[in-house]
Amino acid sequence: MITDALLLSAILFVIGTFGVLVRRNAIIIFLAIELQLNAVNVAFVAFSNLYGIDGQVFVFFVMTVAAAEAAVGLAIIISIFRHYETVDVNNFNFLKW
Amino acid sequence: MMVTILFYIFAAVAIGGAIGVVLARNPVGSLLYMVATLGAIAATFVLLEAHFLAAIQIIVYAGAIMVLFMFVIMLLNLGHDYQGDFKVGFYTTISLVVTGAIAGVIRSNLLGVQGLEGTGAEAIGVAVQEFGVVGAIARPLYTTYVVPFEITGILLLVAIVGAVALAKRNVT
Repeated sequence: MITDALLLSAILFVIGTFGVLVRRNAIIIFLAIELQLNAVNVAFVAFSNLYGIDGQVFVFFVMTVAAAEAAVGLAIIISIFRHYETVDVNNFNFLKW
Repeated sequence: MMVTILFYIFAAVAIGGAIGVVLARNPVGSLLYMVATLGAIAATFVLLEAHFLAAIQIIVYAGAIMVLFMFVIMLLNLGHDYQGDFKVGFYTTISLVVTGAIAGVIRSNLLGVQGLEGTGAEAIGVAVQEFGVVGAIARPLYTTYVVPFEITGILLLVAIVGAVALAKRNVT
């Protein structure tokens, strides 16, 4: 079952990567990043069944960082929306070459 | 045996939900698929003997972060008059190639891995017997990992201040 969990983690991570790459709605991109973080959490929990409780402690930290990242990221999205009236990332291309 | 079957069911729900997150046209639908995915992942945590993390997953992710996303979607009024936002053509091709490459690397590393063995599950079982489900994870958190734990507190404080400063109007 540990191998299956690692496979599940890999599949979720790849789906999340695809979402980040193809969607243009900033909130959906954010959601896909959360999906990737969760995929890594599954891998950590699976490995904690092999190497001890440390993996679960790491999941704890990942969740905290994800919460902080969601709060700051959504604040950034809100302040961008105030300027441009949209969350479509194609409109924010100042740094694009 | 039962555990394995349940694991496959919840894994299928998680993968289906993840596909829904990426493909749903409406951001609200995307979010609800994400809640389903997070619930299924929490169930797999239970099956992998991480009960405390399953509870935290439901409370923090499905409870707090997803509600935050829902607030923002409703605040920005993105739920309706929706136009498709998929990158098409060249970008989709490149995205498929990149994700295919990542999937290929992961697959080549996982293929042929059979019967992973380790003492972790027994060690966790002993710790749970001795300290309880929460104590088993709290003990390393407050002893070995106490410095990262405190730094996490500072990180959350910075995130609170940063989020308020960013979202507030007319900050100079």
